[in-house]
Amino acid sequence: MTKYIGKVWLVGDDIDTDLIIAARYLNDASEENMKKHCLEDVIPNFIDKVQKGDILVAGKNFGCGSSREHAPFAIKAAGISCVVAKSFARIFYRNAINIGLPIVIAPEAVEGISTGDNIEVDVKQGFIYNSTTGQEFETETFPPFIQEIIEAGNLLNYVRNRVKSDG
Amino acid sequence: MGMTISEKILAAHAGVEEVQAGDLINAKVDVVLSNDITGPVAIQEFRKLGVEKVFDKEKVVIIPDHFAPAKDIKSAEQCKVIRDFAREQDLTHYYEVGQMGIEHCLLPEKGIVAPGDLVIGADSHTTTYGALGAFATGVGSTDVAAAMATGEVWLRVPETIKVVLKGKPQNPWVVGKDVILSLIGRIGVDGALYQAMEFAGEGLKYLSMDSRFTIANMAIEAGAKNAIMAFDELTRDYVVGRVHKPYVYYHSDPDAYYVQEIEMDLGSLKPQVAFPHLPSNTRDIDQVGDVAIDQVVIGSCTNGRMEDMRTAAKVLKGRKVHPYIRLIVIPGTQEIYQKCIKEGIVDTVIEAGGVFSTPTCGPCLGGYMGILAKGERAVTTTNRNFVGRMGHPESEVYLASPAIAAASAIKGKICSPENL
Repeated sequence: MTKYIGKVWLVGDDIDTDLIIAARYLNDASEENMKKHCLEDVIPNFIDKVQKGDILVAGKNFGCGSSREHAPFAIKAAGISCVVAKSFARIFYRNAINIGLPIVIAPEAVEGISTGDNIEVDVKQGFIYNSTTGQEFETETFPPFIQEIIEAGNLLNYVRNRVKSDG
Repeated sequence: MGMTISEKILAAHAGVEEVQAGDLINAKVDVVLSNDITGPVAIQEFRKLGVEKVFDKEKVVIIPDHFAPAKDIKSAEQCKVIRDFAREQDLTHYYEVGQMGIEHCLLPEKGIVAPGDLVIGADSHTTTYGALGAFATGVGSTDVAAAMATGEVWLRVPETIKVVLKGKPQNPWVVGKDVILSLIGRIGVDGALYQAMEFAGEGLKYLSMDSRFTIANMAIEAGAKNAIMAFDELTRDYVVGRVHKPYVYYHSDPDAYYVQEIEMDLGSLKPQVAFPHLPSNTRDIDQVGDVAIDQVVIGSCTNGRMEDMRTAAKVLKGRKVHPYIRLIVIPGTQEIYQKCIKEGIVDTVIEAGGVFSTPTCGPCLGGYMGILAKGERAVTTTNRNFVGRMGHPESEVYLASPAIAAASAIKGKICSPENL
């Protein structure tokens, strides 16, 4: 799937991995635990409010800080279908791609989106349509190599295919 | 076109003559690191690949340090996962409680990382090894799982920012921590996003290896992919007797491409303090004002090395910690711990009224060994002052060097040793 339609949760700049999932919860990496505490220090009781398929929209440098893969995993577990940001911190960027959480870099679009808007994100074609405001924005697309990982679903599938083909 | 140190290391590990910024490469790794938090996730993913054995038992390194010695039952379970895996795979470099230390203090000390190596670690502060002239970068658990199976990692060759250090520190308390905090303050927490940060200039020779480790360690707080420093006499002195494998060291070519050059004058640099809630929120020590605190932590992968312990002891010697302050000192490794005993540093800390712990990341990431209550403030030598980093979301963390942290513990508010 490369197209996501959902309701927006907007957060600010420099949302770090401790805000996404605090280290105090990392003694239990289960999906249930990650989901429960996702973004709780940014949007209180986020997990009670978020609905499956919602889209997270963020400012610059989203996911800065720790290398914890628990961060994109928690977002995915919370039911978020896709993350749009002005920019991503690099470890978060690769972790999201590696675990199959769709992410999109779109600095202009973020300026034109508010919490509660309904948006449509087409990762492959590279555009975002805000159906609440009627605005449309272009987004960056991924280089072919990263596209291959995305199409495999995640890095493990990609590596598994390679390990197999190496025989 | 010439290449930078980072580009040369990446080219060598990708098996090509030349790489350029922006290239996507598959590179062979020399060290694949994980810990008790990221390791269990990596092991779980590794199992899914259906590969029996790791690619090289000498090169897969796992260290229990974050919540170890285990802080609770769940942490004990996570430590057990990595311990069992290390035994099953017969890993050379697994260090149990008793031999373990904070990973980024331990790996250089044990000579596991050599100059010219390519290191990936499921820990963002893996950038630390750039101080040895290695290309070292943080990745996630899935990357580690794939690399444990294949010995390779996909990387985008980063552009390099050159940071030219000029002059010699004039302030007697200025160390690596002040250099990196000041730089992050200048360029911001994404000022080096996706890029390599190469430290050069004659000022580098005035910075000890321990200071250099601190600088490289916190490059990630400016968003950098890696930090890198050219091999010199200090590096040589450090690796002699530690690194027992052959290694290659590189220097950047005179015509190498840099995306940006930043000059820093060490002569005018003052001790720095980063205010909540970003490491870029820095001020000179004389601009801090009146900030009362509750706790001081001296340690972590950023400042848990011997020079840090000695500086703290120098400030604490013959003085008493303020009665309202809790001082927690945590050496990075067992070797540092033992040196601290021999040099009387442990006595100095205890006589001053502080505690001296065994190595652990513990409080730095709000794990244990000094969690903050609502409204409490700490001065720490750690690396992040994010919301809730060290405990309650309404607590505050101020980042500084060991000298500032120790002086603040005595005064009960943030200050320099000069003000004691």
